[in-house]
Amino acid sequence: MARRIESGTTIVRFTFQDRTIEAQEGDTVAAALTAAGVRELRESVVSGSPRGIFCMMGTCFDCLVEVDGRTNVQACRTTVTEGMTVMPQKGGPAVEAGE
Amino acid sequence: MTMMDSNTPHACDLAVIGAGPAGMAAAVTASKAGLSVVVLDEGEAPGGQIYRDIERTTPRRSAVLGEDYVAGGALAKALREADLTYLPRSTVWNISTERLIDFSRDGGSSQLQANYILVATGAVERPCPIPGWTKTGVTTVGALQILLKSAGIVEESAVLAGSGPLLWLVAKQMVDAGAPPVAVVETTPAGRMQAALPHLFGALKGHRYLSKGLKLLRAVKAAGVPVYSAATDLEVTGETAATGLRFTSKGKQHLVSANHIALHQGVVPNQQVTRMLRCEHRWDASQACFRPVTDARGLTSFENVYTAGDGAGIMGAVSAALQGRLAALDIATKLGKSAPERADRLEAALARDGAVRPFLEALYAPATAFVLPADGVTVCRCEEITAGAIREAVDLGAPGPNQVKSFLRTGMGPCQGRVCGLVVASIINERRKTQMDETGYFRIRPPLKPLQLSELANFKPLEKLEP
Amino acid sequence: MTTERSADTLVVGGGLVGAAIAWGLAREGERVTVIDEGDIALRASRGNFGLVWVQTKGQNLTDYARWTRRSADLWTGFNEELAEQTGIGPDYHKPGGMSLCLSNEELDDARNLAHRMHNVNGEAGYGAEILDRQQVQEMLPGIRLGDEVVGGSYGRHDGHASPLRLLRSLNAGMKARGVSYRSDGPVVSVGKDGDGFYARTATSTYRGAKLVLAAGHGNTKLAPMIGVNPKLRPEKGQILVTERCAPYLPMPTHVARQTEEGTIMLGDSHEDTGYSTLSATPPLTDIARNAIRCFPELAKLRIVRSWGAVRILSPDGGPVYEQSETMPGAFSINCHSGVTLAGAHALALAPMIARGALDPDISIFTTRRFHGEAY
Repeated sequence: MARRIESGTTIVRFTFQDRTIEAQEGDTVAAALTAAGVRELRESVVSGSPRGIFCMMGTCFDCLVEVDGRTNVQACRTTVTEGMTVMPQKGGPAVEAGE
Repeated sequence: MTMMDSNTPHACDLAVIGAGPAGMAAAVTASKAGLSVVVLDEGEAPGGQIYRDIERTTPRRSAVLGEDYVAGGALAKALREADLTYLPRSTVWNISTERLIDFSRDGGSSQLQANYILVATGAVERPCPIPGWTKTGVTTVGALQILLKSAGIVEESAVLAGSGPLLWLVAKQMVDAGAPPVAVVETTPAGRMQAALPHLFGALKGHRYLSKGLKLLRAVKAAGVPVYSAATDLEVTGETAATGLRFTSKGKQHLVSANHIALHQGVVPNQQVTRMLRCEHRWDASQACFRPVTDARGLTSFENVYTAGDGAGIMGAVSAALQGRLAALDIATKLGKSAPERADRLEAALARDGAVRPFLEALYAPATAFVLPADGVTVCRCEEITAGAIREAVDLGAPGPNQVKSFLRTGMGPCQGRVCGLVVASIINERRKTQMDETGYFRIRPPLKPLQLSELANFKPLEKLEP
Repeated sequence: MTTERSADTLVVGGGLVGAAIAWGLAREGERVTVIDEGDIALRASRGNFGLVWVQTKGQNLTDYARWTRRSADLWTGFNEELAEQTGIGPDYHKPGGMSLCLSNEELDDARNLAHRMHNVNGEAGYGAEILDRQQVQEMLPGIRLGDEVVGGSYGRHDGHASPLRLLRSLNAGMKARGVSYRSDGPVVSVGKDGDGFYARTATSTYRGAKLVLAAGHGNTKLAPMIGVNPKLRPEKGQILVTERCAPYLPMPTHVARQTEEGTIMLGDSHEDTGYSTLSATPPLTDIARNAIRCFPELAKLRIVRSWGAVRILSPDGGPVYEQSETMPGAFSINCHSGVTLAGAHALALAPMIARGALDPDISIFTTRRFHGEAY
């Protein structure tokens, strides 16, 4: 389990699946989910195997999630905003759905 | 400092790609020399990965991360205060032979004509393919440190496994954060110290690093963290989520339970930009990686394109900044500007700072098992391709990484080979019994990072500029 | 310098053309040596879009239309045989293919072409049907068509395959049949002496009783050594590849096709930039715009990769197959449709080469058709 080494000042709330997550202002989606104990972010597009964060610096593309309907978004390169809706990325996106 | 608006320049003397130590230092020096400078960086704020979120650090975080991290604050401040255009959240996705840079920023793409380009895109972590490394709860050691730097988050039940200075630095930082690692599993093979010893005398000129390294080691051990040395046969246990790390050390098999396994085998240059430009690269046997061929000031084989920092070869943050300044001075001189600082002093400082490298490289060269994993181990994480499949493709006649990519899709996923590239090339090289320079690397093409089709469709290249 | 043991046939070039012929020759029982270039070479095969496309081929060369149709017919068996032999299927599917028209002029052109081609191969030969927008929509259910789409041309003989898996399975098939594959090319010289044909690389000399030059643009240099001038010109084509997505396109189209893996390939660019394979942005932008004009829903997908490759075009775009008059037993083979024609190359052309003579019904494909014309 991960924890914060200090308490933050501003709390930002977003949802992951049906869970409300409290993040600190400036957190990336990946960091906030890690702090909340979420490890499984997606099912891989090739075999459907669970994947989570890996490099945290935008290199590996393992932390892909759906953010406000946008698919295959890198959680480690997306800053949390109030009310954001984050979903696991299950396989590849559907072309005809979404925006 | 200017932010991007309608006045954002379409042309500049120098475009710096990356705002880590090399990029920040180069941009500041170049702007002092009177050059028009644009800095394009993927991050939200300056610092790169080494000084990630340096401007947002707190006293508590600074205390945990240490003075070498805090030192980056001055560079970021200088960048903010310099007379240049700094464009955070900018992802470069193509560069033409005429040095037209295409970059994506906040959902739209623009083009910038640069007279000179400095590629300062830093390093990526060397891949650590072991059985189970795609399970959830397995990350790089760098990822743990980024959690600390960017959000003050620390993992309470983590095993750190691998080799290299960063392994010990992060272990120490976790100790200071009050969450010491469950164990440090060192994979540096026995006998490496003997191999490194001939370099020790030279390294003494860089004694600051040596003493820092020894202090880290002692602090981690003093905190009661179990340390296993010369570990082999690493394997992450657990169904789909990591539950522990199994390994052999000193002839005994161990299983350390933990729900977070952090792996590390050192860092290697991020080659994507210089490869896309088809700059000449050579294999560096000591660093066990490819690096772009440059002159002493960082000029690559591509006209007016320089590289500095870890992207040019792993030298660390201090050297990166020195290299950045040297490259900027060289460019300023070529543009007929007078240099704002003395190159010879920078060169002397660079020599001192780099003295420790041969020792570290000999000591921490990756063990064979990480470079040439067993057949069953997944190498390409995106396309889920094993080492065995790569060997089979070689046996079918594939002469190098690009044909293997074409046969198996290794490197065709969204990471575009950034994670697996070196291991794919090494496996091919070993199978074909040839040399790495002959084996080569993936051909990198745009877009350097995935780009939305609508953004590409809406992209308007600059009109041809008047000569 | 080493000299290898003599083969029945030396094939110079290990791309889709050379590999299909070598595989076909081995299938005829020949001992074959393939000499290929290394990892970095022009390699049009890697940049292939993957269409097995009959409509629009051979508008001014009806024999090419017939030959293309023949290859498409051979593809089904070819695909099955490769999959069975190697366990690596080239993912061939034949749901037909759609060429969308974005204006009435384009639709008229397509209609006129269909009329002209009607009699080629008899009634069913060309297999293209002109559809209005409603009919196109019925064939692409659930897909939002761009507002400009006025109709299209549906070719029932069209299909698609994975060029990458095709080459891999041909390589596996060659290996299974004992073909010797060497990647120490390029071949710098070929010719004939008292012991038959030879092909030399920087390090080795290879020998064979017959010689097939299938080196793509390499033939420009090599073919004259056997007395053939194929008059090839380069034309760059670029391809964009999206992230993998859920099944969307039920059939290939001239601008987009979805692979088995789920990626969508976008293409149809033509550039006159010599032999450069660099990826330039402006044509990529055009590809993106064109794809969205046809299929607006693709706009939100991410492009993960692009390819640039150099097509091998003869003066009239058709293939060039010629046996040397001065050195019988040596053949020069070129075409730009390495996937479409793979069925014919493996199962029709290779047996002819094995017999030592090209059939009269493909005699039009020699360079003699260019003589006297101002190409």
